[in-house]
Amino acid sequence: MFSSFMLNTWFAGTAVAVIAGVTGFFAVLRGSTFAAHAIPNGAFAGAAGAALLGLNPFVGLAVFSAAGALGIAGLSRRARSDVATALTFVLMLGVGALFVSWSTQYAQEAYSLLFGEVFGISASEVLPIAILGAVSVAVIVFMFRPLLLSSALPEVAEARGVPPRRMELVFLLVMALATSMTVPVVGALLMFSLMIGPAAAARSLTARPGLAIALSVVIALVTVWAAIAASYQSNWPLGFFVGVIGAAFFLAGQAWSWGRGKSGNTFRLAARSLR
Amino acid sequence: MNTVFRYIIEPGFFGSGPVRIALAVGTVIAVTSAVVGVFTVTRGQSFAGHSLADIATTGGSGAFLIGINQFWGYLAFGAGAAAFMELIGLQRRRGRDVATGVVLGAALGLAALFLYLGTQYSTTTGASFTILFGSMFVLTPSTVPVLIISALLALVTVVVLARVLLLSALSPDLAAARGVPVRAVGAAYLMALAVSVALSAVIIGAVLSTALLIGPAATALRVAKGPVRAAAVAAGIGVAATWLGILLAYDSYYWPPAGRGWPVSFFVVTLITGAYLVSYLRPGGRPVAVPDEPEHACSVALC
Repeated sequence: MFSSFMLNTWFAGTAVAVIAGVTGFFAVLRGSTFAAHAIPNGAFAGAAGAALLGLNPFVGLAVFSAAGALGIAGLSRRARSDVATALTFVLMLGVGALFVSWSTQYAQEAYSLLFGEVFGISASEVLPIAILGAVSVAVIVFMFRPLLLSSALPEVAEARGVPPRRMELVFLLVMALATSMTVPVVGALLMFSLMIGPAAAARSLTARPGLAIALSVVIALVTVWAAIAASYQSNWPLGFFVGVIGAAFFLAGQAWSWGRGKSGNTFRLAARSLR
Repeated sequence: MNTVFRYIIEPGFFGSGPVRIALAVGTVIAVTSAVVGVFTVTRGQSFAGHSLADIATTGGSGAFLIGINQFWGYLAFGAGAAAFMELIGLQRRRGRDVATGVVLGAALGLAALFLYLGTQYSTTTGASFTILFGSMFVLTPSTVPVLIISALLALVTVVVLARVLLLSALSPDLAAARGVPVRAVGAAYLMALAVSVALSAVIIGAVLSTALLIGPAATALRVAKGPVRAAAVAAGIGVAATWLGILLAYDSYYWPPAGRGWPVSFFVVTLITGAYLVSYLRPGGRPVAVPDEPEHACSVALC
């Protein structure tokens, strides 16, 4: 399991878990669950297109996830954001279906892009993943306070001069950046579970934002490591384990917070971010 | 003239059996999805609708694994997920979205497993592609009556409940005060949504059924006044996009680069999104900033 060809997998999985844990916290806090689902899935079309043109899949993923983020943010100006997200998303997927139907070796390629192919990672792919991951974490750290404030209390943030639409755009672009590095590893459909499950579990465990982000990262790491090990042993798809373990953590977190009878998590968190 | 016409409609289009079935089923399903979609958009449940479609994927791949018709898989998982989402309850929308998302993630994991196991035991390549992106031209005639009857059931449910659905979408408190059983109505609506999503999953695939559900309804709600007109316009857009999509997919058989036809789902989605974008250009169209929490303030005309 720890032989040399698996080292890349462990490195990439770790980087993916860290970035998913951090971005996921804000996705859950902002209620951008649908966008977190739409951007990775839509980016799949980009990878299919890049494969068709013989380009590096990262290029296609980056272009399409950025286009998705811009599309969602742009359309949301004049329509409800869930409708905007849905339409941007289906358009990208439709294009993806077209690309896949054009290419010749489509079935296997599409399957691994959607559900992840963690064991096929080469050393040359680890470096871009690490760099892009560091960039997206750096952006979030740089924007931390205004992003937190506009996520928890949008009205207060606006009154304090944080433009909500710009924050939304920045956040969606960070998500797009995170997506373009993680989709080849965990797959488009399951990048989403890794962002939402651990972050939601962390939020039901603590109201302190810093601690919640740290917990979210730790849970994401445990999820990914356990999933890699289980997938290695059973030969079942990685995505299955990521989805199920993530959901189990969420349920455990819910049970914990229900047992302690906590409520008003968002407000406590908002109050802390104001301090 | 005749040659021009031949470029628009390939010879043999209406004579082909699979095309006729696709057109008939496509029409019924497009109407159902569009009408149900008007309520989905009004109630701000696009994500729920999309999640039901994706969870239906799990059912479709499970059905593929045990070798029964995929429609039953779509239907069983869609209805089950709808019931579960109703159990999670109508709390604040953010919490609901997160819970929906986690259920969706787990279901997609199962789908990955089913597809993996399915491809281990059979030699059918491209099954995952069919389940995800649809296969309108391979509908078997024996399933057609089932599809049409379920579509009509979903349509009738929504039409009968239309007034209470709108009222409870716009003001749940007012609806409850008037003695509307808000939860029961919501559950019945989610079931209708699950059925219509399972149906469109058959034709354009689970992942893209969101297009037929949300696109026509969102466009119609921008251009038409009042829910009845909006439903009619949405149904018209849905049917037009489906027919044109089938026609273009049939025509595209000889198009470059691959020479084996472009997918129906691509055309349907592009046409629907195009219609939505065109609705922005309409003179006097209302550029509105709609609040994100529709439970509090959202009138049908604004959505």
